[in-house]
Amino acid sequence: MELQPISGGWALIAMALKNLTIFTMVIIVVAYATLAERRVSAFIQDRRGPNRVGPFGLLQPIADGIKNILKEETLPATASRFFFVLAPILVLIPSLVTFAVIPIAAPLPTPVGVVDMIIADVPIGILYVLAFSSLAVYGVVLGGWASNNKYAFLGGLRASAQMVSYEVALGLSLIAVLMLTGNVTLTEMVWQQQQLGMWYAFPLSLAFILFVISAFAETNRLPFDMAEAESELVTGYHTEYSAMKFSAFMIGEFGHMVTASALMATIFLGGWDLPGTWDNAFWYQGQLIGGFAADGSVILAQPAVWKTLLTFMGFAGKTGFFLLLFIWIRWTLPRFRYDQVMALGWKVLLPTALAYIMLIGGSILVLDEIGVRWGFGYGLALTAISGVSTFAFVFFMDRGRTITGAAAQRSQKVEIKTIPQALAGADPAPAGD
Amino acid sequence: MAISVKVMHRPAPETTSYLRAALSGMALTFKHMINPVKVTQQYPEEQTDLSPRWRGTHVMETHADGRPKCVACGLCPTVCPANCIRLVGGEDDQGNRYPIVYEIDEFRCIFCGMCQEVCPVEAIHVGRHFENAEYTRDRFVYDLDRLMEQDHPSTLLWDPSDPSSE
Repeated sequence: MELQPISGGWALIAMALKNLTIFTMVIIVVAYATLAERRVSAFIQDRRGPNRVGPFGLLQPIADGIKNILKEETLPATASRFFFVLAPILVLIPSLVTFAVIPIAAPLPTPVGVVDMIIADVPIGILYVLAFSSLAVYGVVLGGWASNNKYAFLGGLRASAQMVSYEVALGLSLIAVLMLTGNVTLTEMVWQQQQLGMWYAFPLSLAFILFVISAFAETNRLPFDMAEAESELVTGYHTEYSAMKFSAFMIGEFGHMVTASALMATIFLGGWDLPGTWDNAFWYQGQLIGGFAADGSVILAQPAVWKTLLTFMGFAGKTGFFLLLFIWIRWTLPRFRYDQVMALGWKVLLPTALAYIMLIGGSILVLDEIGVRWGFGYGLALTAISGVSTFAFVFFMDRGRTITGAAAQRSQKVEIKTIPQALAGADPAPAGD
Repeated sequence: MAISVKVMHRPAPETTSYLRAALSGMALTFKHMINPVKVTQQYPEEQTDLSPRWRGTHVMETHADGRPKCVACGLCPTVCPANCIRLVGGEDDQGNRYPIVYEIDEFRCIFCGMCQEVCPVEAIHVGRHFENAEYTRDRFVYDLDRLMEQDHPSTLLWDPSDPSSE
């Protein structure tokens, strides 16, 4: 049987089903990410975390949801009503719609045709993601401004500056990926990683590091949570929000986290790709192919339901790893100072990303010129180049201390100064008047 | 007395490593994350043992026939520093004194235990119990019947010859 993409009325039904399942799934993952955050933070602090609602506290997100819906909505008297209500919506929607272009599994064969496991395989792919993720900053800024509260306003200001700055580093670290892929769709990125025989985290290791750092800043997570900074700004831009509007901000933040995790998994860890060539599948000139033979002819892919399920689990595992990383780092590292965040973004990440683009661009040019075939050897050569540059980056960032160890342990002396009693007992105020 | 000041000589920022410190910090938090030993006490199921001298909710001791042991001498309202005991004494036809009204306001009580110490007939006690939540404030004024109903153990008095209660 010739494998054909699903078409006609079945395509509409498949699209509706995919929309429903994927967005429901994202919402559920977001709900459970809040639980995971509380549980993991508890484990890190040797506590148990919420474990009362349902087995292992698994019904806690539902309890939280009911609580937030039933709570009273407050509207500050001096707030700008329209923008105050608009802001949570503007944060929530971009964080969820971004998921539409991320492929979640290998194509699923059905009796009426092959279904791609992606909502919208749009040709602009990653550009769509960048466009929508940068819309979220409007929600944060509007929320801070419309509240008419100085702390919320400061939080919104900081968030806008930070998100705009790190968007630059984020976009530039992606350029190397786009150069290597030769396309901006995420399905093609997964395909090229399958063809390369290794995930982009290895041949583009420095881009991976820059992207992860920028993603942390973009999602406003610690150690870059300038927008919230609860010890300085109460809770930043959502200080004045309560009940479901606050919840919308939280869902937006976690939705951002989930999307960023899925994106990092797709771009740098091969998406739904699992080791081996058995799961490779890509639409090439109207055919679902699994690879190219040595003479250039195509090998047809053999999609199967179990392959779809297995690759989906692989994708979920990679996304889950990044989610755990987000939470784990949040409960380990303290917050950066605001000027440090800005300095890191503009003075370190931006020049590094630019230099890396030059390096990878030059390497790709040289490798193509000397006729290295696209494949594992190509990947190894780039891995070596990126490995050296990553090492250099880390070495210079930490001034060589990463290898030799920080001076902190050696030179931190504690001195006990004793002030003589006569001095200590003397009245410090000038006597006389 | 001389004053000691601890002076920390922190290393200059040019000589420290952020990355190494961050990674070792993450290793530490990971170790705690997978550590099965947790400090949380699962409260309603697991209860801490209260000290034998814990002073909590009051108990009124009764005779075998159900009468309160209290003889309405008036010492406990007198000694009470928080003034939370209301006592109206009466006398029956045999001349035995008994409390007509005996109320303790658990909100005003500071749980000093002096009522128990001063009681000549060992009738009023503070008890080893603290879970006395209620839905309304007026439920916190315990009357005589309620004080007699309390079934938790009463507090051990401090014994000067055995200061650590062994």
